[in-house]
Amino acid sequence: MKTRIFGSLLLRDAVVAKRDIVGIMIRTMLQPLLFTFVFGHLLTRTGVIPRAYTTMIIPGIAGLSLTMASIWAVAMPLIADFGFTKEIEDRLLAPVPIEVIAIEKLFAGILQGALTASITLPLARLIIGPIPGLSLQRLPLLALMVILSGAVFSAFGLFLGTAMQPQHISLMMQVIFAPMIMFGCIYYPWRSLDSFPVLKYLVLINPLVYVSEGLRAALTPGVPHMPLAAILAALAAITLLLLWLGMRGFRRRAIS
Amino acid sequence: MRTAIHISELRKQYGAVTALDGLDLDVMEGEMFGLLGPNGAGKTTTVGILTTRVRATSGEAVVAGCDVAKEAVQTRARIGVVPQKPNPDLQLTVRENLLFHATYHGIPRAEAARRADALLERLGIADKANVKVQTLSGGQQQRMMIARALTHEPQVLFLDEPTVGLDPQARLGVWDILRELKEQGRTVVMTTHYMEEADQLCDRVAIIDKGKLLALDTPTALKAQAPGETIIDVTLDRTIDGELPPLAGVTRAEARGAVLRAYAESAASAIPALLAFAESRGYAVRDIHLSRPSLETLFISLTGRKLA
Repeated sequence: MKTRIFGSLLLRDAVVAKRDIVGIMIRTMLQPLLFTFVFGHLLTRTGVIPRAYTTMIIPGIAGLSLTMASIWAVAMPLIADFGFTKEIEDRLLAPVPIEVIAIEKLFAGILQGALTASITLPLARLIIGPIPGLSLQRLPLLALMVILSGAVFSAFGLFLGTAMQPQHISLMMQVIFAPMIMFGCIYYPWRSLDSFPVLKYLVLINPLVYVSEGLRAALTPGVPHMPLAAILAALAAITLLLLWLGMRGFRRRAIS
Repeated sequence: MRTAIHISELRKQYGAVTALDGLDLDVMEGEMFGLLGPNGAGKTTTVGILTTRVRATSGEAVVAGCDVAKEAVQTRARIGVVPQKPNPDLQLTVRENLLFHATYHGIPRAEAARRADALLERLGIADKANVKVQTLSGGQQQRMMIARALTHEPQVLFLDEPTVGLDPQARLGVWDILRELKEQGRTVVMTTHYMEEADQLCDRVAIIDKGKLLALDTPTALKAQAPGETIIDVTLDRTIDGELPPLAGVTRAEARGAVLRAYAESAASAIPALLAFAESRGYAVRDIHLSRPSLETLFISLTGRKLA
């Protein structure tokens, strides 16, 4: 019974996402693909940037679209639902513990992240052309990294979605997302920060760093990256922390 | 008759504000029960607790045999809720709203579809089944909310201010639906601040104010408790000062700021004396309002203020 209800909650989100497919693709894929076109195609063709740079950025590009998809899929509906539409109330009255409703959102976020990554990655490869050192040999690791990346950012979405008011969305983009992306080791590997020791350790609070580095380990193992054990441990720890905060926020918003 | 809802010593504190102050109530199965009170009386908080969305500070509430705090999941399976502010799923069509709601309650899709179609037909919005909710009028949207709350066939249906914001015709339409539910013997709890609504629809009415139960009975019995006289409120142009003299045809009178409140057996015989009094003291009369013996006059006599 609980599984069936969970399935119907997930189906509802799938139906709604399908209707908004163009909007979702624009929000999650446009920016990474534009970046890919300019830095991976235009500037490498003209020789401004060496071709090897495409190897550095391809995991980050996939990671960025994946994490944006996951975080948007969870945070935005929650901000709107708890803030003004109250749409979620009908689901909060389903005969399941309210945590099930939150877990379903996380699931939906992970799924959207994985789907987005599986579209962005081939598209980016198409735009750039052959990428030296890109390998799809480590598929199990890639799958694990995609799921963990989706999980950490879905949990982040749960936290933001229950903590933010609708009027804070643009502020959230500027204050949280912009620095997170710039210092997320998307456009450069973490090891390239070696000559900036303070920054190198400061960025470690940013979960996007582990997503980028993890996908680097899976997709371009030739590029120097953090030890895999450290990546997995950090992702697990940050996911648990955000999950705890997010669940606490969800309970507070769901029951007064 | 068995008890559908049992509330004892229910309290809810929001910081320093006491929303419910030791409420005791029993609602019987098959009853249409009204919670009547002004805005802020504690009606919505009561419904919130009974529908598991608000946690009581203390006290006990049992709905359809389930303790709402300890057995929230089981409670939710047995109740239907029509909230004060409509909360349809705007991303879905009217029919999908009902379909998904049913599946959230574990009803298989084929059965859900059958129930959704039957309910949309019965509530007169079958022609709107495949449109987005935004295109519905206020009255149609409220019908959809009621239909949705009924898809899983709840044992107890809660409606919080079901006709607020509706035009008079849509209100009558919702009343017809509620009467039909009553004939089916469903247990319904509704909150309202419209006297007429409680009077017309409810088997029993609880009058609450400031989180406390003031009176509880059938509308007829409550009206019998109301002061036998008509209440005449005469609004003057300034605050009344000085003692009020005895006035012909008036049983009792009191000055409340610029309002002269008089209780009289017959309004027709008391009004000339009231007007003569105002003229003799040099007041100008701004307004005269009559409240006949009703739930409203009972409410005024219980709380000293009007309902809405």
